[in-house]
Amino acid sequence: MSKPNPTDRLYSRDHEWVIDKGDGTVTIGISDYAQEMLTDIVFVELPPLGKKVAKSDPVAVVESVKSVSDVYAPVSGEVIDVNKKLENTPELINQDAFGEGWIAKMRLSDAGELKSLLNAADYEQFIKEEKH
Amino acid sequence: MDYCPHTPDDIAQMQSAVGIASIHELFVDIPEKFRLHAKLDIPAALSEQETIVAMSDIAGKNKLPQFTLTGAGAYSHFIPAVVGHIVGRSEFYTAYTPYQAEISQGILQAIYEYQTMIAHLTGTEIANASMYDGASAMAEAAVLCAKMSNRTKIIIARSVHPEYRQVVNTYSWANGYTVVETPYASSGQIDLNALQKELDDQVAAVLVQSPNFFGVIEDIAPISEAAHQKGALLVAGFTDGTSLGILKPAGVSGADFVVGEGQSFGNPLNYGGPYLGIFAAQEKFLRRIPGRLVGATIDKNGKRGFVLTLQTREQHIRREKATSNICSNEALCALAAGVYLAALGKNLKRLAELNIYKTQYLKNKLLKIKGWKEIFSAPVYNEFVLRCPDARQVNEKLQASGIIGGYELQKYYPELENTLLFCATEMLSKEDMDRVVAILK
Amino acid sequence: MELIFEISKTGRSAAVSASDVPAVNIENAVGKKYLRTDLDLPEVAEVDLIRHYTNLSRRNFGVDLGFYPLGSCTMKYNPKVNENVAALPGFTGLHPYATDIFAQGNLQLMYEMQKYLSSIFGMAQFTLQPAAGAHGELTGVMMIKKYFEKKNEKRPLILIPDTAHGTNPASGALCGFDTVTLLSNSEGGVDIEHLKSLMTKDVAGLMLTNPNTLGLFERNIEQVAQIVHGKGGLLYGDGANANAFLGKVRPGDLGFDVIQLNLHKTFSTPHGGGGPGSGPVGVSAKLVDYLPIPRIIKSGNGYKWSEKFPDTIGRVRAFYGNFNVVVKAYTYIRSIGAEGLKHATEMAVLNANYIKEKLKPYFDLPYDRVCMHECVFSGKRQVAESGVHTTDIAKRLIDYGYHPPTIYFPLIVPEAIMIEPTETESKETLDTFCDAMIAIAAEVKENPQRVKDAPLTTPVNRLDEVLAARKPDVCWKKP
Repeated sequence: MSKPNPTDRLYSRDHEWVIDKGDGTVTIGISDYAQEMLTDIVFVELPPLGKKVAKSDPVAVVESVKSVSDVYAPVSGEVIDVNKKLENTPELINQDAFGEGWIAKMRLSDAGELKSLLNAADYEQFIKEEKH
Repeated sequence: MDYCPHTPDDIAQMQSAVGIASIHELFVDIPEKFRLHAKLDIPAALSEQETIVAMSDIAGKNKLPQFTLTGAGAYSHFIPAVVGHIVGRSEFYTAYTPYQAEISQGILQAIYEYQTMIAHLTGTEIANASMYDGASAMAEAAVLCAKMSNRTKIIIARSVHPEYRQVVNTYSWANGYTVVETPYASSGQIDLNALQKELDDQVAAVLVQSPNFFGVIEDIAPISEAAHQKGALLVAGFTDGTSLGILKPAGVSGADFVVGEGQSFGNPLNYGGPYLGIFAAQEKFLRRIPGRLVGATIDKNGKRGFVLTLQTREQHIRREKATSNICSNEALCALAAGVYLAALGKNLKRLAELNIYKTQYLKNKLLKIKGWKEIFSAPVYNEFVLRCPDARQVNEKLQASGIIGGYELQKYYPELENTLLFCATEMLSKEDMDRVVAILK
Repeated sequence: MELIFEISKTGRSAAVSASDVPAVNIENAVGKKYLRTDLDLPEVAEVDLIRHYTNLSRRNFGVDLGFYPLGSCTMKYNPKVNENVAALPGFTGLHPYATDIFAQGNLQLMYEMQKYLSSIFGMAQFTLQPAAGAHGELTGVMMIKKYFEKKNEKRPLILIPDTAHGTNPASGALCGFDTVTLLSNSEGGVDIEHLKSLMTKDVAGLMLTNPNTLGLFERNIEQVAQIVHGKGGLLYGDGANANAFLGKVRPGDLGFDVIQLNLHKTFSTPHGGGGPGSGPVGVSAKLVDYLPIPRIIKSGNGYKWSEKFPDTIGRVRAFYGNFNVVVKAYTYIRSIGAEGLKHATEMAVLNANYIKEKLKPYFDLPYDRVCMHECVFSGKRQVAESGVHTTDIAKRLIDYGYHPPTIYFPLIVPEAIMIEPTETESKETLDTFCDAMIAIAAEVKENPQRVKDAPLTTPVNRLDEVLAARKPDVCWKKP
């Protein structure tokens, strides 16, 4: 059973979450549901600092033993920080996808994009529909 | 010969179980107009005895030489008896790729040991389970460097084996990269000044070979420095692995990738194949390198075991995003190499020294013949280039005595008229070499 | 079992010959700066070396030990006469640069092999240069690229079915093509409407495996070829599944322009634990000019190598190919002959259909129609019954003495189990294999934990692949 989706953040249809820090920057990661689907994560390819991405561009790569998945930028912006702990302990995403398993911090280029993301309740509904 | 065990009775029972009256019902999906009715245009079947006779006949049309003086990418070395006996064990040679690790611990451990020995020999930190051959290993290293850096220019030394250069050209053309050749100096080593002039921030990789095609040993450290200064990676190749028994490996002199031909490690000449592509790299490239990798781990009871690991690099998972499409490689040849290296052990150094003694002996004897000159001044391992009055005639004389002569360089190096590339390994006896000189005097 | 390094002891290695020529001062001859300072290789006595590797071999499962129904791999019996022939000094002893007149036997063998393969597959010419199937695919796609280059047509796309082996899109990408996925229809064949919509003048061609990775022959192949050729594209055939049709149909007749084969599958050469294989590529007349060099040509009463082919793609490896592997495949073709190839195909397809019928009451069969040389089941039912996955079933089969079938491929079948028996297996072997699968299906219902814990009879139990990927250890380090 996935952990409940925290209400302090927004979600994309690619299973990423976004916390708006309110100062023009956001923190991003993937949801607990996503890490469950990926199973044991063995490696995370983090983006270089300064990388500029458009919404839905691949911004990171998450690997399990038998699969490779792109993490898509839920919003457009520039990467200003990455979670270096993931280099040696990628399993943090499995253990705490919403907290210690954060992936990157970005400077928003268009705050308006946040409006098209889902809140926790809508994201849960989205998952239910996807399962069918 | 027929290897199908089916008796007419078996076939009848099985057809009944499948619910068909004749075999042809299983091929109904083939459109009628394309079904073959005529027999295939190949010879009729043979019994096992007839097969041996026919094949021996074909083998008999070859003329094995007394000995060969050509290396040029494929080498005559002594293969210890243990090698054939180990690779001839059908548990090894009739097995598939070890995807089911629990029943493949044999080949997995053997390849892990091979990877370890190769990493050490090449002065790097990781080596994969094999590539097809030295040439394609070099080409794949070049492609990887380009993909990692997003640069599209490859510089290759003209003193790299001509066929390796052709393969790099073909792979580079396929990917839209540009290949630039850089010349050798009068010493026979790469012309460092010319290389530095060619290097810019568009170069993904510099490819060199040491010992190079002329047998000359390259000074890797300054080449590596020059490449790295412009943000390019260095790929250093080799064609005779026994050189690593005595020469400082490129991996400790700054090469990012060390690639080469492993045929010298326990694999027969086999008229060019199967050979063994060696691919080794510095640790930082672990998650990008092509080819299979065997990794050590533990089972659920804590016992050590081995598995194919980091498979997410490979084609069956990454598909079009993979940096290589390699699947089957040369595992049994790598096993042979591992056994060879384990059999020789530290005496690989002794073997390499022997190669050097023989080479110096042959070279000095040939130089005493009137009109023969050395044209490169840098030191060599077990191959060297000499100019003579008439290279074609030299080889014809040797051929008439059942000896394969030197490799005529003019074919790929028009500026090197009447020069021959000779190789002397531990397989050449003093008598053999004296005889060569006697024939040519 | 210990590693070879762990049983090593200084001073034990076999000696090298003494020198019959004067010793030379190595530092003077080569120069100190070029010499290595350490050589850390194992030192073991011959008896320990032999025991080490012999014991390793006993931890390995090959076709000679038991049934090996790996789908898509064609693990047929490797005839021993092939091994003996390939070991003849005449075949093993020649340097590739031996003058052509010394190598007439080898040249004749390769020339005739090209001829036989052309005849069997209905192609105009073959190259034996590629070292494996994937290498052959790359070569084939390179020739397609060259074809359009010469015609000055920009075609950046290649179509690849969703059932394709991963090497197909990888090969396409390595030649600068963008891959577009072609959907399969509900019968497991090409979705013709989807193909029609995708096939434009931007598409260089379609890479098709026929029969496909579901073991099903493409019923609409004529239409597929027409659609592709109709827009000036080329049809590439992945010949990995050739064991299904030798002597029954020829890809060249079906409209394929280029195909690659796997001698280590269809033509009985051993897999070697992961190679060496050989991946010859056959082409129609359209592509002959682009074949790699050198090529064998007739010369007087004999043969020689020639590089005089200006439109060649070049080379994909040094020298001529995995020659010794070609020798084994040639020997196989000569010994079983035309009748034998056809009979092998028929028995391979009969064996696969027999297994399909016997197992279909127990495992979900996504495509219930006549299959070719392999059949694909799904472990979905067992997952629903007791949470037992295909991987558990595969591991349990090991306890019954079998190498598992291919699992989780093709990707479009969830919990896929792909069984390819090949023609060299007897009815008794197939019956006892099916009994084992049926027994496991029963265990899934009655004692699922036993299946989840498998294998129980091997030198090691299930290995921690997550640890191997998180903390890779690919090179032993002295503690």
